[in-house]
Parts: sequence; C-alpha cells; structure tokens
Amino acid sequence: METKLISLPVTVNRDTRFRDLVVEAVGETIFSCYQCYKCSAGCPVAFAMDLLPHQVIRSVLLLQKGKALSSRTIWICASCETCTTRCPNEIDIAKVMDVLRQIQVESGTEAKEPRVPIFHKTFLNTIKRFGRIHELSLLTNFLRKSGGIRDNFKSGEWKNDLRLGIKMFLRGKLKLLPSSTKGIEALRKLFDQAEEHKKS
Amino acid sequence: MKVSFFPGCSLEGTAREYGESIDAVSCFLGIKLEELPGWTCCGASAAHCINEFLSVSLPAKNLLLAEKLNHDLVTPCAACFNRLKNAEKTLIKESQQTDAATPFRGEINVLHLLEFFSREDLIETIKEQVKRPLSNLKVVSYYGCLLVRPPHVTDAKNWEDPQALDNLISLMGGETIFWPYKTECCGGSLLLTNIDIVRRLIGRILDMAREAEADCIVTACPLCQANLDTRQEEIGKAKGVTYNLPIFYFTELLGLAFGLKGTQKWFRRHLVDPRPLLKTKKLI
Repeated sequence: METKLISLPVTVNRDTRFRDLVVEAVGETIFSCYQCYKCSAGCPVAFAMDLLPHQVIRSVLLLQKGKALSSRTIWICASCETCTTRCPNEIDIAKVMDVLRQIQVESGTEAKEPRVPIFHKTFLNTIKRFGRIHELSLLTNFLRKSGGIRDNFKSGEWKNDLRLGIKMFLRGKLKLLPSSTKGIEALRKLFDQAEEHKKS
Repeated sequence: MKVSFFPGCSLEGTAREYGESIDAVSCFLGIKLEELPGWTCCGASAAHCINEFLSVSLPAKNLLLAEKLNHDLVTPCAACFNRLKNAEKTLIKESQQTDAATPFRGEINVLHLLEFFSREDLIETIKEQVKRPLSNLKVVSYYGCLLVRPPHVTDAKNWEDPQALDNLISLMGGETIFWPYKTECCGGSLLLTNIDIVRRLIGRILDMAREAEADCIVTACPLCQANLDTRQEEIGKAKGVTYNLPIFYFTELLGLAFGLKGTQKWFRRHLVDPRPLLKTKKLI
C-alpha cells in the first residue's frame, strides 16, 4: 500500500518574537505539545471559550499572534490550574494564558472581554492605594470604570446585587472604610519598579 | 507554638466569621497566630494576569517580612497561599540560577492553615479536644483550586483527591462523603466580571453536593466559601430548585466540635443560615 505523506504547515523566515516571549516565560516544554486535548477536556470554562486551551498552545507555536491575543479565551480562563496540573508534557498552560494576557494588555488594544483587564487594573490600583484590598472600594471603582452600573441596570442584574449587598451589610460582612497599612511607601516603590520593568 | 499569620484581605470583610472562628479555635488549642506586622496584599489573580513583576514582588515582600521574624508563615486563604508559595519557589529558583545573594533564604515554611492544623501533633490535640462530635452530619469537602494546584507550587500530595479536610471531619465525628468535585473550580476570579459563567460553575458544584446527599459543604478558603454561599438563592430560582446548603469554614466546625461558646455569632453571618440544619442534627 502506498504511504501518503501529510503536508504540515512549515514556518520559514517569519517573525518569531511573539512565540519567543512565551517560550522565555514558560520554557521549552511548550514545543512538546502533541495536541492530546487533555487540557481542553478538563477545563471547567471551556464551554465559554472561543479557542480551546490546546488551540491556544497551537496558535502560539504557529506564530498566530493575532488569533491568540484577540481570543475571548485568555480572559475567560479562571486560572484554576487544572490544565497545568494534568498536562502530560508538563507545559504550564495556565502560565501561557498569563503571558498572553500580559502581552495583550501591553499592546494597548482593546481586549475581547474588556471588563476583565479593567477589573485586574482596578484591583492593582486598590492595592497601590491602600496596601490591601478594601472590597467595597474595589467594587465601586470597578463598577464605575467598567460601565458596570449602566450595564447592570440594563440587564436587571442590579436587583440581585442590591439584595446581596444589603444582606452582606446586615451580616457585618461589608467593611465600610479601608484600614490604613504600615509600610505603604515600600509597596508603592514596587509599583514604580514594575513600571521600569515594563519599559526595559 | 508560635507562627506568623497572614490573614489576607477577605478576613476583615466577607470572610469575617472565618477570622473569628480561627481566633477562637487557635486560642482554645493554645496556638499563637501572630499577625504579620505590616503585611500587604499578595496581588491575587490580578497581578499574575497582567503584571508579572508584581505577581512575584507583592507576595515576596511579605515573605521577607516573615523571614525576618523567623517563624513559619501560615495563611487561611487558598489564593494567598498559592501566590506566597509561587513567590517562594520563584525566589529560591532565581537564587540558584543567578548565584546572587537573594534577600530571601527560604528558611521558613509557607503553610495553609489546613496544612498547619493537619500536623501530627495538632491532630492529636484536636482528637483529644472533641467534646461534641458532629454525629450524623454528612459533609462533602471542597478544596477548590489553589490550595492544591499546581502541585509543583503547592507541594500538595493528593491533588486530585485531597484528604486533609476529610480527615479533620472524621476526627470531629462527622461523616465525609466521597464526591468527584473536591477540586472543581468555583470561578472565584471571574465573580465580578463574568457572573453568568460563575453561576454555571457554582450550580454544578451545588448540584453534585445534592446528588451526593450531603447536608453541607466544608471549605478552607474565603473566596470559595463566599462564592458558594452567596449565590444559591438566585441560581436556585433560575433552575427551579432550592439548595439551602450551608457552606462552612472548617474552623467553624472545629469550634462546634470543641463545644466553644459564640459559634452562633459566626453562623449568623452566613447567607445560607446553617442553624436550622444544626438544630435538626442536635448539634446546637
């Protein structure tokens, strides 16, 4: 019987910088991905993804920067680490998602799920301001910055939120004012260093 | 026995009863949990998602504070634990690779409170102190993600079928039920941004707990507890079911089993009130 050769896409002389960044962060193991699907099969949020985790890995290896960075997947990933834990080739898939998110945010373009990076930025700003997370400040700032108040009114979600807010308050679970933290200057220095890091 | 304690940000707010029950139980057992002076937020999911530098340096700052005091660092939050462990491993690896003197020597241990309470000496004490066994209470243990995964960070031994909570429940005289969702994700990091996804994840966990015929779920993480406790009514309404499944912190059950006073104050803070269940089981 004649053996048929399958032709696979071969990348020649193309810009590999995007892939190099990912490899630098997660290591060479990413090249050993043989598309076994285990990451996607165990992923609890696969139902909401446009690219499944094994497809994200493939798109990185095939230098499909746009496909990976514009995906909903990188923002829907809940960082539960199931994929990383189970990968037979020890690829840190959850870390790949982190690196892609970081590259996406640095690119300055709008994310497919813009609310998620806005939430993360608000979270970090809350830490920079108070040293710790004050839940009520985080919540109100996030709603303000993400247009969440308007969205919640449209969707009727505000009724749930208000009901929940009142219940939490009555049970003493809503701390109204943030407490001050010692050593906030040292903490803010870390944020300055992080900015310098990005530039280099 | 003295250790440094990293409470994490939730203990002042949504997880207040976790903090209160930890204080009561550790005081009863004669453990001194000394709050790490000047601790700051570990950066949680936000830092590792969008800022690599902060994802290590924020928790590292706390590790350095703890190492100065030279006591092990214990935290009750699975997310804080994960970030602190990740920073610990990163700092140790960096020092091996670069040969430079890192300020972190890696001489203290980072432990989750559940690991700490599972140490042999403490297990013995706990066993001796159980005065009101949790008889007939059917419990499923929920460990969530970050307490166990990934094992190269958490050093967990049984990451697919962890045992620490189940062991404690058995010690307290409760009945643990095996179920497949011990480490299933509740979607905590997406709570404020993608509530529809989170509702589906929580709904699956609650459904499975019901199928296992559990009376309640026990957790060891403020984010897991809040997520599972606060949304039951709205998820149930949409599906046409009533869950009413109390979600306990393991320290609350310890307090109950030790016969401590003031446990009702913790239970009053839950959105799904566990007191009716505990009354039918004659535990309060």
